[in-house]
Amino acid sequence: MHTALLLDMAADAFPDRLALGSRDDGIDFGELAARARAGAAWLAVQGEGTVVFLGLNGPALPVAIFASGALERPFAPLNYRLPDDDLRRLLARTAPSVAVVDDDMLPRVAGTPGVALVARSAFEAACLDAMLRATEPAPADPDIAVLLFTSGTTGEPKAAVLRHRHLASYVISTVEFMGSDDDEAALVSVPPYHIAGVSAVLTGVYGGRRIVHLPAFTPETWVEAATQEEITHAMLVPTMLGRVLDVLEARSESLPRLRALSYGGGRMPTAVIERALRLLPHVDFVNAYGLTETSSTISVLGPADHRRAVDSEDPDVRGRLGSVGRPLPGLELEIRGPSGEAMPAGATGEVYVRGEQVAGEYLGRKVIDDDGWFATKDSGWLDAEGYLFIEGRLDDVIVRGGENISPGEIEDVLRAHPGVADVAVIGAPDEQWGERVAAVIVPKDAAPTPEELSDWVRARLRSTKTPETYEFRSELPYNETGKLLRRVLKQELATSASTREAAA
Amino acid sequence: MDLKPGSRWKSSVCDAEVVVVRPPSTAGVLACGGHPMTPHAAERPAGLALSPDHAAGSVLGKRYTDAESGLETLCSKAGAGALSFDGRFLVVKEAKKLPASD
Repeated sequence: MHTALLLDMAADAFPDRLALGSRDDGIDFGELAARARAGAAWLAVQGEGTVVFLGLNGPALPVAIFASGALERPFAPLNYRLPDDDLRRLLARTAPSVAVVDDDMLPRVAGTPGVALVARSAFEAACLDAMLRATEPAPADPDIAVLLFTSGTTGEPKAAVLRHRHLASYVISTVEFMGSDDDEAALVSVPPYHIAGVSAVLTGVYGGRRIVHLPAFTPETWVEAATQEEITHAMLVPTMLGRVLDVLEARSESLPRLRALSYGGGRMPTAVIERALRLLPHVDFVNAYGLTETSSTISVLGPADHRRAVDSEDPDVRGRLGSVGRPLPGLELEIRGPSGEAMPAGATGEVYVRGEQVAGEYLGRKVIDDDGWFATKDSGWLDAEGYLFIEGRLDDVIVRGGENISPGEIEDVLRAHPGVADVAVIGAPDEQWGERVAAVIVPKDAAPTPEELSDWVRARLRSTKTPETYEFRSELPYNETGKLLRRVLKQELATSASTREAAA
Repeated sequence: MDLKPGSRWKSSVCDAEVVVVRPPSTAGVLACGGHPMTPHAAERPAGLALSPDHAAGSVLGKRYTDAESGLETLCSKAGAGALSFDGRFLVVKEAKKLPASD
């Protein structure tokens, strides 16, 4: 089924219910559907092919998503934070396409071959045109709903293909149609080109929860919007949550209307989530794990799991604060070893997933196997009760003398040290072992010594997991959605090591 | 009757509409209000009336399933007729309430 139907159902049944924006001047479902219809009619004559969105969050995003849905054309939101050259290269790969571009970003992409550029302001004006609003869309390509370019932290970005059936299956199996209370509102601060930014629009519309978009995230604007817009639900990536908590604490603000806060898109430090639970005891926390290729969330650690974990003395139950919970109903999940064999509880391997929302496809290449299983390239394990623990990307595993070492658990141990603010553990080239465990530490006020840190790790993990070298820095490189740029760090370490050797 | 996933059907006797989410494992007739449903784009057959035994209604946004064949449909428009497959009434699939994650 098509994603456009999700909005049609909402607009038919509840045309006057608020869909987007503020209580005072927001847009209802009838208006959203009318704008999407007009937007579709207008885009159809501007250019052929994929509908590209290059701009900040705002009402134009949901309108453009549903307009492309009505035209049955793929929707491709692009990362406006990329350098101009990379952005133009990515945009050229969407051709033939018509691109809705924020007015001030137009000069950055002018002259891209095969792409019809239209200003966001012109698109927004067309969506209000009475003639266009009465025009029935003429569908073109029936199948692809969204093209999302992966963040490309390990190479050239790949275009992940999400078909309508994957997204629609995710929405209708996880959200009750119009199941939200009238006063619910979601603050969306993940950017349009992130899978969570797309799924938030679809689940918000289908569930009847008003969507408020934050054009660009800062912890201050997030807290202000949450207060002013009477926000009840929100999703944050881990780095955002830490910064939001700083602001809340500094302002003694407790967000009494906030009911649920979900987080995902990266590893959540235990200290941050414990602090969040302490500062916001009335809020339901949800840890969601998913990938672009799986149409967003595939497993959740729910509010009850969080509360049981913090209240428990049992280390296994308490440890679940570091888990991503259990798979969604209808999804199958398996841990497999290096030769494809299913692994028992407690053993680490690659996470495989199968289900109707799992797309597992890039433009021109299917990566799902014949039985429907998708290899996530994430390393993880299941506990005896089926809770999933993610250790990190398989590509990041350190191979030291034939032993596979996941940086994640070493990072968790080091981050728990009172003198450590942030940490990354990576594999550095080593003549004897192939790779050695190297730690990059962002210290708090007084930096701990390497010996102190090694003792700390050795007391908690096997000795082969103890870092052999330490480097101290004032910050680590992250991308804007909170992903640690390990490749960048690895290159920098290799460069600084060879400089040192040359100097010696 | 080709009940392909994503195919849309409308009732021949009331306002109800459905979309097929999961196809049945066996061929059969999807009906609403006691009469076979009509493809979404086709004309409704004339002269049919809602059967009183099939008038329990269908509710917008609910998923209706037939356990025997595995057929699952989503009601995309409410109507007075009840949904059935090969004479068996479809039942509402109660979704497990999940916490919002995005």
